[in-house]
Amino acid sequence: MKRRDFLKTSIGGGMAAGVALKMGGFGKLWYSAPPVAKYDMVAVMGGNPDAMFDLGIQELGGMGTFVQKGQKVLIKPNIGWDVIPDLGANTNPLLVKRIIEHCFKAGAKEVYVFDHTCDNWVNCYNNSGIEKAAKSAGAKVVPANSESYYHQIEIPGGIKLQKAKVHQLLLETDVFINVPVLKDHNSTRMTCCLKNTMGIVWDRGYWHSNDLNQCIADYALYEKKPALNVIDCYNVMVKHGPQGVSKEDIVFMKSQILTSDWVAGDAAAAKMLGVAVEKIEYIPIAHKMGLGNMNLDALNIKRIKM
Amino acid sequence: MSSSLLRRIRIVFSTLVFIFFVLVLVDFKSLIPTNYINALMFLQFVPSVLKFYDLKVLAAGGFLVIILLTLITGRTYCSFLCPLGIGQDLNSRIGGRIKKKFRRYGFKRPFTILRYTILAITLIVTLVWGVYMITVLDPYSIFARFMTYFARPVIIMINNFLAGILGKFDIYTLSNVPVKGFPLIVYSIPVAFFILIGALSLTKGRLYCNMICPVGTFLGLISKISLFRIKFKEAACTRCGRCAVRCKSSCIDFLKFDVDITRCISCFNCIHTCQDKAISFGIVNIKKKPHVTDENKRKVIIGSLLLLFGLTRVAKGQEKTVPKPKKDSTVKENRTCPVCPPGGVSIEDFNKDCIACSLCINICPNSVLQPAYKQYGIAGIMQPVMDYHKSFCTYNCTKCTEICPTNALHPLLLEAKKLTQLGKAKFIKDNCIVKTEKTACGACSEACPTKACHMIPYEGNLVIPEVKEDICIGCGHCEFACPASPYKSIFVDGNPVHVAAKKPENVQSEIKTPVEFPF
Repeated sequence: MKRRDFLKTSIGGGMAAGVALKMGGFGKLWYSAPPVAKYDMVAVMGGNPDAMFDLGIQELGGMGTFVQKGQKVLIKPNIGWDVIPDLGANTNPLLVKRIIEHCFKAGAKEVYVFDHTCDNWVNCYNNSGIEKAAKSAGAKVVPANSESYYHQIEIPGGIKLQKAKVHQLLLETDVFINVPVLKDHNSTRMTCCLKNTMGIVWDRGYWHSNDLNQCIADYALYEKKPALNVIDCYNVMVKHGPQGVSKEDIVFMKSQILTSDWVAGDAAAAKMLGVAVEKIEYIPIAHKMGLGNMNLDALNIKRIKM
Repeated sequence: MSSSLLRRIRIVFSTLVFIFFVLVLVDFKSLIPTNYINALMFLQFVPSVLKFYDLKVLAAGGFLVIILLTLITGRTYCSFLCPLGIGQDLNSRIGGRIKKKFRRYGFKRPFTILRYTILAITLIVTLVWGVYMITVLDPYSIFARFMTYFARPVIIMINNFLAGILGKFDIYTLSNVPVKGFPLIVYSIPVAFFILIGALSLTKGRLYCNMICPVGTFLGLISKISLFRIKFKEAACTRCGRCAVRCKSSCIDFLKFDVDITRCISCFNCIHTCQDKAISFGIVNIKKKPHVTDENKRKVIIGSLLLLFGLTRVAKGQEKTVPKPKKDSTVKENRTCPVCPPGGVSIEDFNKDCIACSLCINICPNSVLQPAYKQYGIAGIMQPVMDYHKSFCTYNCTKCTEICPTNALHPLLLEAKKLTQLGKAKFIKDNCIVKTEKTACGACSEACPTKACHMIPYEGNLVIPEVKEDICIGCGHCEFACPASPYKSIFVDGNPVHVAAKKPENVQSEIKTPVEFPF
């Protein structure tokens, strides 16, 4: 074979392979319907974050329920503040680490972690302990500090928020696992599952100035929804949220909530915080928009005490 | 000593110094520890003088070492330690490559009146009025500004380009850093000096150092009584004139066997170039050309002008647009005083000691320090000022206070910095989204690290900000986060004198650890 022919053939072959992969869902060739979880929600109390997750995910049928072999997974914790783990402003690093480990055990090809932070992102990633924990479990910790990482998406049906710029990794990954930390919030009263998405978008100033509660609910319309929400209620900031001032703001609740329904997750979280669900305006809005069910009585909930 | 070893030592040493300076000044990720930076700054003449004047401790007496060094070896500082001088040598080398003429210096008469006038005026202005002329003329500061204003954005753009490529391969070791330009007006002085010094060093060696630089002139005066000098072995000299041609300072009059010691910067090029071994450096016993314009010079000037203004354009262009709320805010922020960086103690003190070298602007991890253009008045141009529309001051950071070479920013312990009130947040209710749009916001209070800015009940389920000024530290996170536009609904008005803020009080929450699920 002439060198020229060889080059031509290999380039052609490479392109074909690339296109095939790009066309997406190479994994779908072996696709089988994922097993359905037994419960709508699992709530665990009384253990360490990692042990509670082990138990909770087991009740939901294991991580294999949500993550298929060869898939890329995005784990989105709250890393918003330049604060140490004990002060509860960010998701517990132990929990993040254990979720990543479960993803890899379920055959995930790659796991990514990022957050669009409020404080200086390098300090946040570092002092929250999440960067170190996530890297030690083999995940890729990705920056989200520059607009160049974000892409415009449309949110059809959004009342106030019809367009947003979201982090490219939300678009490039197959599975989205939302890992908020439950906290008081100065304006919306609570930040948890739905509000955690403000760390996925670039222009959250727009949300603040265009009816924050409606924007939070509107974003939940976007097609890329979390397969699983893991709510960290270990160290819960019950006042001065979402940043906190000192350890007096923290109540040691030692709990965790796992659910695929983020509106239900937020409703349960509100109860943990002792706030009436109706007071947290975006929850009833999201419920009415059909984005989830805030009536916990209608759900099949498994409660476990360790 | 007549060996060319001296010159080699000079080149190696100065290259290391230069590289270190460049690294420190383009280090946009603050990777270099502050004590290394402080060690480097110890021997910078002007910063050291100012720091000594401020602190009056020997630990800040780097300039005494330099004076001693000058008494022994002449203007070694200019060749070995001054980053601007070393940078000019580099540029002269480039000039020499471009055109043969540019590397043939030859003896020229000194600009005696000009240089001593500049030195005298600088001294008088500094003693009577303040550091303002030193700010403009200190060689270290000039160099630092070149790096901050021109080199750094280029380095960041290269970083962003590489980060983009690596990102395609799923590698995130490098991250994109948004390039933020300064107000155009503050580029004027650095651009003017870049053109002046660039052109002079490209074509005429160290003419800037021997004509304008007050530090060079001052050390030249001292070196009149220095011990070691360049000297001729008259018997061995064949009067070939090579030494004069190679002398960057144009200070060797070989016909008279005379070296103008006030201009000699101890570069040792003459020793290296002398084939007769007639020149040496040792303890001493102890003395002209026309000027033509040419097209190349013009091209260089035009080229650098285009490059520099182009660069600032690019830096400007990279700034991203901020989303705007529906309605424009109406009440203008009534700023009575700019916010000066932590450790500045008072604006008056700070303005007196700062020589606008921009090291703190470089090191600030949040880029909240920006060169002032009018905030401190014309005399304070390029001095750092807190710009809370660009960014905010990180609560857990004292970087800028740790590295100030002139002690214009006093070192602050983290605990002290967290209680240093740079200014007070002022709330403008009529601009607030909660009032104008009747929707929830709370971006300011969310960002507040002390909860000086907190929310109180408003209409219905809404809450609206309120500021407790005594625990506010003026970090500006509220102002930065506020989405109101064009005027913010909360802004920090600077304190002319920094004061101690009260420590925020906090009581244990009444909510208890649950024993049962509440749902």
